[in-house]
Amino acid sequence: MKLNAEEQAMLNGELGEPRRWAIEHMMRVGRFFDAPDFVEVTQAHIMADTESLGEAGVEFLEQMAALPESERRVRIPMITDPRGIDFCHYKRLRQTDAMAALEQRAIDAFEAFGIMMTNTCINYQTIMPPVRGEHLAFGDTGVVIYCNSVLGAYSNFEGGPSALAAGLTGRTPRYGLHLDQNRRATKRYRVSCQPKYLSDWGALGGIVGARAGSYWEVPVIEGIESLPGSDEMKHMGAAMASFGSVPLFHLVGVTPEAPTLESVCDPDALPAETIGEADFEAFFSRYGGKGEKVDVVVFSAPQLSLLEMQSLAELLDGKKLHQDTDLLAVTSPVVAADARRMGLVERIESSGALVLEGMCFYQSYAREMGEANGWKRLLTNSVKLTNIIGGYGYEPTLSNMENCVASAIAGEIV
Amino acid sequence: MATIKLSCHVGVGPEVSGEALVTDDNFSARYDLDRIAGIFSRPQHKLAGQSYVDKIMVFNTAKGGVASAWMLHEMKSRGVAPQAILFNNVNPILAQGAALADMALCDRFDDGDVTQLIRTGDRVTVNPGAGLVIVTRG
Repeated sequence: MKLNAEEQAMLNGELGEPRRWAIEHMMRVGRFFDAPDFVEVTQAHIMADTESLGEAGVEFLEQMAALPESERRVRIPMITDPRGIDFCHYKRLRQTDAMAALEQRAIDAFEAFGIMMTNTCINYQTIMPPVRGEHLAFGDTGVVIYCNSVLGAYSNFEGGPSALAAGLTGRTPRYGLHLDQNRRATKRYRVSCQPKYLSDWGALGGIVGARAGSYWEVPVIEGIESLPGSDEMKHMGAAMASFGSVPLFHLVGVTPEAPTLESVCDPDALPAETIGEADFEAFFSRYGGKGEKVDVVVFSAPQLSLLEMQSLAELLDGKKLHQDTDLLAVTSPVVAADARRMGLVERIESSGALVLEGMCFYQSYAREMGEANGWKRLLTNSVKLTNIIGGYGYEPTLSNMENCVASAIAGEIV
Repeated sequence: MATIKLSCHVGVGPEVSGEALVTDDNFSARYDLDRIAGIFSRPQHKLAGQSYVDKIMVFNTAKGGVASAWMLHEMKSRGVAPQAILFNNVNPILAQGAALADMALCDRFDDGDVTQLIRTGDRVTVNPGAGLVIVTRG
């Protein structure tokens, strides 16, 4: 890789050990992907939950965080993805003190780097949405696919170590989606059945993601008749990234790089596959459980927007959850503060539900929580969550928010 | 005993040897594994129930979340990890994770589908720096 004088100084250790580690780490990755050089980035966002960090990851951070402040401070604004613990509620969730202690150590280390603990995977809705053409180093696949696709920013999926390296250096290797030639559509889908609920938008993302199936494929979608809002795009993108590791999609006439089909592909050379009603039915039918007892209803992955919190409050007004069913609504600290101020949290929790903030369900020791609380059958409107949570010992079922709430009240999947 | 040499893109991590565990399925450390027990835990995964510890894993591609970048490092620190992971095509997360963990990882094989070229039980040596994988069978 071609290095400029400053990058060479970092590699030589002249700017301290953290920046030396960072540039060397990124050079390994850059060589792997044939990056010619580095590109400067304006923001970084890091996965911060201790379930994925583990003791080893926390120790790695702590060692670097103990170095002199001038060496360890990040150079660009840097924020965090959801953590594994909501300190106000972890005992009620039957998470352990050891989990909370490890989480606190990670927080202390992140803060020593000058990282802002935003604890959110919806920073594009709540913190600082990037602008078109802005180069970024964002973690969380849902964040990356949204910022690339809906906002026209440039980011690869940056795992925790690489996001930290980008924060310490202000740059990332120039490969993948930092290059315009990798942003053209390689798969084309025509939708003949219109999504209605957020879970339908998630299902469309899941279907497209599973079919495209690779980080190096870029789907373009035609045939959407209504203009999706931010939450619809959020659920679709998160599911697409989850099912297919896809980091970018184009929606013709909606997303900024695809005002027309011709602007992202040669339509004659890229025939369209149809996605119709039967595909949606097949997608939903993979989830069983109708009529069965539901142990826990979860709204999370991605964290809820203020509008989703309002929808949930309206559905729960005056209702009580079934005594054998729990309902968790997980959101960001920013949204939680607003929702609390506006009375939405009180309306949701009056039903017996619990509002959690700054975490995300599947990043929160989900296996241990499930075993401690007796949660097996899980109902959600998040397609992304259904894709992940099976590996943690749950039996997930997908439905829209209305049906999820009705099921939580009935105690069984309606 | 047959020996096959496979060329691939230059990878990351050290030279290692081990027994192959192969699937044409995809991989995520977060979605698919019980990392404490060292087995594939997602029921739908084609290797469900099997141990990945000390194996040379072979998959089609990587999927899902960014967590795998931390997780390879965490798995290796406890000694409950594969020796190496080979893919047809990998995403940035696994490459970043292998770079942090100093775990051998390669992809982009010249001779076609690596999930067909290597079989479960083969003895495999992975040399990421040279972009070379040597398979011994029988």
